[in-house]
Amino acid sequence: MTTTTYFGTEVAVDAEGFFTDPGQWTEAMASQIAAGEGIAELTDRHWQVIKFMRHEYEEKGGAPNVRALAKTSGVPIKELYQLFPKGPAKLAAKIAGIPKPRGCI
Amino acid sequence: MTDTIEKVSIIISKGSLEGIYPGLIMANGARAEGIEADLFFTFFGLDAIHKARHEHIKLATVGNPGLHLATMLGGLPGVPSVMTHYMDHKMAKLDIPPIPEFIEMIADTGAGLFACKASVDLFGLDKDDFIPQVKDIITVGEFYGLAAGAQIIFT
Repeated sequence: MTTTTYFGTEVAVDAEGFFTDPGQWTEAMASQIAAGEGIAELTDRHWQVIKFMRHEYEEKGGAPNVRALAKTSGVPIKELYQLFPKGPAKLAAKIAGIPKPRGCI
Repeated sequence: MTDTIEKVSIIISKGSLEGIYPGLIMANGARAEGIEADLFFTFFGLDAIHKARHEHIKLATVGNPGLHLATMLGGLPGVPSVMTHYMDHKMAKLDIPPIPEFIEMIADTGAGLFACKASVDLFGLDKDDFIPQVKDIITVGEFYGLAAGAQIIFT
Protein backbone atom coordinates (compact mmCIF):
# COMPACT_ATOMS: atom_id res chain seq x y z
CA MET A 1 0.00 0.00 0.00
CA THR A 2 1.32 3.42 -0.87
CA THR A 3 0.06 6.95 -0.80
CA THR A 4 -0.35 9.52 -3.49
CA THR A 5 -1.58 13.08 -3.55
CA TYR A 6 -4.67 14.42 -5.24
CA PHE A 7 -5.74 18.00 -5.02
CA GLY A 8 -3.23 18.64 -2.28
CA THR A 9 -4.50 15.82 -0.07
CA GLU A 10 -2.57 12.66 0.57
CA VAL A 11 -4.62 9.47 0.05
CA ALA A 12 -3.89 5.78 0.48
CA VAL A 13 -3.89 3.70 -2.69
CA ASP A 14 -3.09 0.12 -3.56
CA ALA A 15 -0.41 -1.05 -6.00
CA GLU A 16 -2.63 -0.32 -8.99
CA GLY A 17 -3.66 3.11 -7.77
CA PHE A 18 -7.13 2.29 -6.49
CA PHE A 19 -8.26 3.98 -3.29
CA THR A 20 -7.96 1.70 -0.29
CA ASP A 21 -10.18 4.03 1.72
CA PRO A 22 -13.04 5.33 -0.44
CA GLY A 23 -13.89 7.76 2.35
CA GLN A 24 -10.84 9.81 1.43
CA TRP A 25 -12.24 10.59 -2.02
CA THR A 26 -13.78 13.90 -2.93
CA GLU A 27 -15.42 14.85 -6.21
CA ALA A 28 -12.72 17.41 -6.83
CA MET A 29 -10.11 14.67 -7.05
CA ALA A 30 -11.89 12.90 -9.89
CA SER A 31 -10.60 15.07 -12.72
CA GLN A 32 -7.03 14.76 -11.51
CA ILE A 33 -7.30 10.98 -11.32
CA ALA A 34 -8.93 10.93 -14.75
CA ALA A 35 -6.17 13.05 -16.26
CA GLY A 36 -3.65 10.57 -14.90
CA GLU A 37 -5.52 7.84 -16.75
CA GLY A 38 -5.53 9.67 -20.06
CA ILE A 39 -9.00 11.18 -19.87
CA ALA A 40 -8.50 14.88 -20.37
CA GLU A 41 -12.00 16.07 -19.56
CA LEU A 42 -14.89 14.63 -17.59
CA THR A 43 -18.17 15.35 -19.33
CA ASP A 44 -21.64 15.03 -17.80
CA ARG A 45 -21.86 11.55 -19.24
CA HIS A 46 -18.59 10.59 -17.52
CA TRP A 47 -19.98 11.98 -14.29
CA GLN A 48 -23.19 10.00 -14.71
CA VAL A 49 -21.11 6.83 -14.72
CA ILE A 50 -18.79 7.93 -11.91
CA LYS A 51 -21.66 8.92 -9.63
CA PHE A 52 -23.41 5.66 -10.43
CA MET A 53 -20.31 3.60 -9.56
CA ARG A 54 -19.97 5.45 -6.29
CA HIS A 55 -23.64 4.92 -5.51
CA GLU A 56 -23.45 1.20 -6.26
CA TYR A 57 -20.43 0.88 -4.02
CA GLU A 58 -22.20 2.64 -1.19
CA GLU A 59 -25.36 0.57 -1.64
CA LYS A 60 -23.83 -2.82 -2.27
CA GLY A 61 -20.29 -2.62 -0.95
CA GLY A 62 -18.74 -3.36 -4.32
CA ALA A 63 -18.43 -1.86 -7.77
CA PRO A 64 -20.43 -3.39 -10.62
CA ASN A 65 -18.74 -5.11 -13.57
CA VAL A 66 -19.08 -3.68 -17.08
CA ARG A 67 -22.23 -5.58 -17.97
CA ALA A 68 -24.03 -4.67 -14.74
CA LEU A 69 -22.84 -1.10 -15.20
CA ALA A 70 -24.29 -0.92 -18.71
CA LYS A 71 -27.59 -2.51 -17.69
CA THR A 72 -28.30 -0.40 -14.62
CA SER A 73 -26.62 2.95 -15.31
CA GLY A 74 -28.43 3.47 -18.60
CA VAL A 75 -25.19 4.02 -20.49
CA PRO A 76 -24.76 1.32 -23.18
CA ILE A 77 -21.55 -0.69 -23.54
CA LYS A 78 -20.46 0.98 -26.77
CA GLU A 79 -20.66 4.40 -25.15
CA LEU A 80 -18.97 3.21 -21.95
CA TYR A 81 -15.94 2.13 -23.96
CA GLN A 82 -15.91 5.45 -25.79
CA LEU A 83 -15.99 7.39 -22.52
CA PHE A 84 -13.47 5.15 -20.77
CA PRO A 85 -11.39 3.46 -23.48
CA LYS A 86 -9.16 1.39 -21.27
CA GLY A 87 -11.81 -0.59 -19.44
CA PRO A 88 -14.89 1.29 -18.18
CA ALA A 89 -15.61 -0.56 -14.93
CA LYS A 90 -11.96 -0.44 -13.93
CA LEU A 91 -11.36 3.21 -14.90
CA ALA A 92 -14.64 4.53 -13.57
CA ALA A 93 -13.96 2.77 -10.26
CA LYS A 94 -10.52 4.34 -10.03
CA ILE A 95 -11.84 7.80 -10.83
CA ALA A 96 -14.69 7.32 -8.36
CA GLY A 97 -12.23 6.42 -5.61
CA ILE A 98 -13.62 2.95 -5.00
CA PRO A 99 -11.85 -0.43 -5.08
CA LYS A 100 -11.50 -2.25 -8.38
CA PRO A 101 -14.44 -4.49 -9.28
CA ARG A 102 -13.67 -8.19 -9.19
CA GLY A 103 -15.50 -10.33 -11.68
CA CYS A 104 -15.18 -12.30 -14.85
CA ILE A 105 -17.98 -10.89 -16.93
CA MET B 1 8.50 -8.07 -23.48
CA THR B 2 6.52 -5.54 -21.45
CA ASP B 3 4.98 -6.09 -18.03
CA THR B 4 1.36 -5.89 -19.16
CA ILE B 5 -0.49 -7.58 -21.99
CA GLU B 6 -1.55 -5.04 -24.59
CA LYS B 7 -3.44 -7.20 -27.02
CA VAL B 8 -4.89 -10.70 -27.35
CA SER B 9 -5.98 -12.66 -30.41
CA ILE B 10 -8.35 -15.43 -29.36
CA ILE B 11 -9.26 -18.38 -31.55
CA ILE B 12 -12.52 -20.23 -30.96
CA SER B 13 -12.48 -23.58 -32.73
CA LYS B 14 -15.27 -25.52 -31.01
CA GLY B 15 -19.02 -25.47 -31.32
CA SER B 16 -20.15 -26.66 -27.93
CA LEU B 17 -21.32 -24.43 -25.10
CA GLU B 18 -18.31 -25.20 -22.97
CA GLY B 19 -16.07 -24.90 -26.02
CA ILE B 20 -17.24 -21.40 -26.89
CA TYR B 21 -17.68 -19.61 -23.58
CA PRO B 22 -14.03 -19.60 -22.39
CA GLY B 23 -12.91 -17.65 -25.47
CA LEU B 24 -15.74 -15.16 -25.02
CA ILE B 25 -14.98 -14.65 -21.35
CA MET B 26 -11.33 -14.10 -22.20
CA ALA B 27 -12.17 -11.56 -24.90
CA ASN B 28 -14.63 -9.67 -22.74
CA GLY B 29 -12.29 -9.80 -19.76
CA ALA B 30 -9.46 -8.47 -21.88
CA ARG B 31 -11.54 -5.52 -23.04
CA ALA B 32 -12.59 -4.78 -19.46
CA GLU B 33 -8.91 -4.49 -18.56
CA GLY B 34 -8.26 -2.17 -21.46
CA ILE B 35 -6.53 -4.90 -23.47
CA GLU B 36 -7.25 -4.94 -27.21
CA ALA B 37 -8.89 -8.14 -28.40
CA ASP B 38 -9.73 -9.94 -31.62
CA LEU B 39 -11.83 -13.08 -31.87
CA PHE B 40 -11.25 -15.53 -34.68
CA PHE B 41 -13.88 -18.23 -35.23
CA THR B 42 -12.88 -21.40 -37.02
CA PHE B 43 -14.36 -24.85 -37.64
CA PHE B 44 -17.30 -25.46 -35.38
CA GLY B 45 -16.64 -22.17 -33.65
CA LEU B 46 -18.37 -20.60 -36.64
CA ASP B 47 -21.67 -21.71 -35.13
CA ALA B 48 -21.23 -19.01 -32.49
CA ILE B 49 -21.44 -16.28 -35.13
CA HIS B 50 -23.86 -18.09 -37.47
CA LYS B 51 -27.26 -16.36 -37.54
CA ALA B 52 -29.28 -19.56 -37.72
CA ARG B 53 -27.22 -21.49 -35.23
CA HIS B 54 -25.92 -19.16 -32.57
CA GLU B 55 -29.04 -19.45 -30.43
CA HIS B 56 -28.86 -23.23 -30.42
CA ILE B 57 -25.41 -23.98 -29.08
CA LYS B 58 -25.50 -27.12 -26.94
CA LEU B 59 -23.48 -28.61 -24.14
CA ALA B 60 -21.52 -31.72 -25.20
CA THR B 61 -23.08 -34.55 -23.20
CA VAL B 62 -21.46 -37.53 -24.90
CA GLY B 63 -17.85 -38.47 -24.35
CA ASN B 64 -17.45 -35.46 -22.07
CA PRO B 65 -15.73 -36.76 -18.92
CA GLY B 66 -15.84 -33.33 -17.31
CA LEU B 67 -19.61 -33.50 -17.18
CA HIS B 68 -19.53 -36.54 -14.91
CA LEU B 69 -22.43 -38.03 -16.77
CA ALA B 70 -22.35 -41.59 -18.11
CA THR B 71 -21.98 -41.51 -21.88
CA MET B 72 -24.90 -43.90 -22.28
CA LEU B 73 -27.12 -41.47 -20.41
CA GLY B 74 -25.68 -38.48 -22.21
CA GLY B 75 -26.58 -40.05 -25.52
CA LEU B 76 -30.27 -40.47 -24.76
CA PRO B 77 -32.61 -38.36 -26.89
CA GLY B 78 -33.30 -34.97 -25.36
CA VAL B 79 -30.47 -35.06 -22.82
CA PRO B 80 -28.26 -32.48 -24.57
CA SER B 81 -31.17 -30.04 -24.72
CA VAL B 82 -32.12 -30.58 -21.09
CA MET B 83 -28.55 -30.23 -19.86
CA THR B 84 -28.01 -27.14 -21.99
CA HIS B 85 -31.19 -25.60 -20.66
CA TYR B 86 -30.07 -26.31 -17.11
CA MET B 87 -26.66 -24.76 -17.77
CA ASP B 88 -28.25 -21.70 -19.41
CA HIS B 89 -30.43 -21.27 -16.36
CA LYS B 90 -27.46 -21.46 -13.98
CA MET B 91 -25.52 -18.95 -16.04
CA ALA B 92 -28.43 -16.54 -16.22
CA LYS B 93 -28.47 -16.53 -12.42
CA LEU B 94 -24.85 -15.41 -12.45
CA ASP B 95 -25.62 -12.78 -15.05
CA ILE B 96 -23.52 -14.54 -17.67
CA PRO B 97 -25.16 -13.57 -20.96
CA PRO B 98 -26.29 -16.15 -23.54
CA ILE B 99 -23.91 -16.56 -26.47
CA PRO B 100 -25.62 -14.27 -29.01
CA GLU B 101 -25.94 -11.43 -26.50
CA PHE B 102 -22.43 -11.99 -25.20
CA ILE B 103 -20.91 -11.80 -28.67
CA GLU B 104 -22.85 -8.65 -29.46
CA MET B 105 -21.61 -7.17 -26.18
CA ILE B 106 -18.02 -8.10 -27.01
CA ALA B 107 -18.35 -6.48 -30.43
CA ASP B 108 -19.68 -3.34 -28.70
CA THR B 109 -16.55 -3.19 -26.57
CA GLY B 110 -14.57 -2.70 -29.76
CA ALA B 111 -13.17 -6.21 -30.18
CA GLY B 112 -12.84 -7.45 -33.76
CA LEU B 113 -14.81 -10.52 -34.83
CA PHE B 114 -13.50 -12.59 -37.73
CA ALA B 115 -14.44 -15.82 -39.47
CA CYS B 116 -11.92 -18.29 -40.83
CA LYS B 117 -12.00 -18.42 -44.61
CA ALA B 118 -10.94 -22.06 -44.85
CA SER B 119 -13.79 -23.16 -42.59
CA VAL B 120 -16.26 -20.89 -44.34
CA ASP B 121 -15.33 -22.52 -47.66
CA LEU B 122 -15.41 -25.98 -46.11
CA PHE B 123 -18.95 -25.54 -44.82
CA GLY B 124 -20.16 -23.67 -47.88
CA LEU B 125 -21.04 -20.51 -45.98
CA ASP B 126 -20.77 -16.83 -46.81
CA LYS B 127 -20.89 -13.44 -45.09
CA ASP B 128 -24.71 -13.38 -45.13
CA ASP B 129 -24.80 -16.41 -42.85
CA PHE B 130 -23.04 -14.50 -40.12
CA ILE B 131 -24.15 -11.89 -37.63
CA PRO B 132 -23.53 -8.31 -38.80
CA GLN B 133 -20.85 -7.72 -36.14
CA VAL B 134 -18.42 -10.03 -37.99
CA LYS B 135 -15.86 -7.70 -39.52
CA ASP B 136 -14.45 -9.95 -42.20
CA ILE B 137 -13.72 -13.47 -43.40
CA ILE B 138 -9.95 -13.83 -43.28
CA THR B 139 -7.24 -16.36 -44.01
CA VAL B 140 -4.87 -17.74 -41.40
CA GLY B 141 -2.10 -15.54 -42.83
CA GLU B 142 -4.26 -12.46 -42.42
CA PHE B 143 -5.04 -13.60 -38.88
CA TYR B 144 -1.33 -13.72 -38.10
CA GLY B 145 -1.00 -10.22 -39.52
CA LEU B 146 -3.76 -8.97 -37.25
CA ALA B 147 -2.27 -10.83 -34.31
CA ALA B 148 1.11 -9.10 -34.61
CA GLY B 149 2.27 -8.06 -31.18
CA ALA B 150 -0.60 -9.91 -29.54
CA GLN B 151 -0.77 -12.94 -27.31
CA ILE B 152 -2.48 -15.69 -29.30
CA ILE B 153 -4.91 -17.78 -27.26
CA PHE B 154 -6.27 -20.96 -28.78
CA THR B 155 -9.49 -22.40 -27.42
